[in-house]
Amino acid sequence: MTKTRKAAALISGGLDSLLAAKVILDQGIHVEGLNFFTGFCVEGHTHAIRKKDKAKPKRNNALWVAEQLGVKLHIIDIIEEYKDIVINPKHGYGANLNPCLDCKIFMVRKAKEWIEKNGFDFIITGEVLGQRPKSQRKDTMAIIAKESGANELLLRPLCAKNLPPSKAELEGWVEREKLYGFEGRTRKPQMALAAELGFDDYAQPAGGCCFLTDKQYSQKLADLWKASGSRRYELDDIMLLKVGRHLRPRPHFKLIIGREDGENRFLHGYRKQYTHLFTVSHKGPLVLIDGDTAAEDLDLAAQITARFSQGRNADRVEVEIQLLDGSSQTLSVRPIAAEAMPGDWYL
Amino acid sequence: MSHYELDARRLLCPMPVIRTQEKAAKLKPGDTLAVICTDPGAIHDIPAWCRVNGHEIISIREQQDELRINVLICDG
Repeated sequence: MTKTRKAAALISGGLDSLLAAKVILDQGIHVEGLNFFTGFCVEGHTHAIRKKDKAKPKRNNALWVAEQLGVKLHIIDIIEEYKDIVINPKHGYGANLNPCLDCKIFMVRKAKEWIEKNGFDFIITGEVLGQRPKSQRKDTMAIIAKESGANELLLRPLCAKNLPPSKAELEGWVEREKLYGFEGRTRKPQMALAAELGFDDYAQPAGGCCFLTDKQYSQKLADLWKASGSRRYELDDIMLLKVGRHLRPRPHFKLIIGREDGENRFLHGYRKQYTHLFTVSHKGPLVLIDGDTAAEDLDLAAQITARFSQGRNADRVEVEIQLLDGSSQTLSVRPIAAEAMPGDWYL
Repeated sequence: MSHYELDARRLLCPMPVIRTQEKAAKLKPGDTLAVICTDPGAIHDIPAWCRVNGHEIISIREQQDELRINVLICDG
């Protein structure tokens, strides 16, 4: 009796990794999924925060993919280890603060550690040659295999025919002829394969699954590093960058302003860690202050808070400020005029 | 067979699932685990995680802004 071979599939929740895993499952391989959580993943939590997004499906796409495939999924917290990838990417950043090549090397390396620990035979990914400008070129795909240490244990079923055979093919565990030779940025071959395999509902096309590819998010992260004087972050920092309006009226502090009830509720969870403000005479946002503030800064923060409340056109708005020592004060302020807030305050 | 509780309040998706997974890995088939969380996404994600990994949902209760999801650990 031949031994059933086992593959670990990197599952992002997108179409490519779904197809890659399905292609290998259909060759009689036992497949289990690995999904790595970096803290920057675009997933249900952002939908969960904002009230206006309540109508959107809140499913976790990686779990959904695993269900479609009928495979187990292991979601792995790599938040701490991933910091070094974001802060010091050996291969540099993409268009924003996205360290895509280092990220892929890191994830494949973690997958290799996982298969060694769990007695699996090889790793599969949904990479497609030429699909991404930095991490999915022929030269960089070779770098991923080499620097991750996975080498011939790494199989990319969707573009395997364009690459040297991996161990799974050489050993006859999978038939190379039944793999694919997709290449380029077009999504049409994947969509056609999805239709052939019976998938008509799948998540976003490749990309867009990481906040670091987002220009505005990257600007906020760069601002965080600049203001703190060091390229470090904690999970709460990067979560807060996803929520609210961020304004930096002075170099030494910024305001995080809830845009609606869901965000206000989320920010409320941070009220013990940050000095925060809210309007008492009118309905308005919850505002966190990130940084050190003197009395005149609190006055400015209160004026801005009033600006974003329903009292923006009132002569005076009452704003309560709760300080970190537990004390509070109420200021009566005139909402700051829109023209007094330069565009570069907005991050 | 024992009962355990996991406080996953304030954690956002997928952290409640990750913490559930880590806790479940230490439990035995037949044990039960109550996951208490505040992220509404968990109402979908924890049952989905149970389905793909062979565990069972016993009950889901919503109280104010909290969810209490009772999981039966199976020999997944």
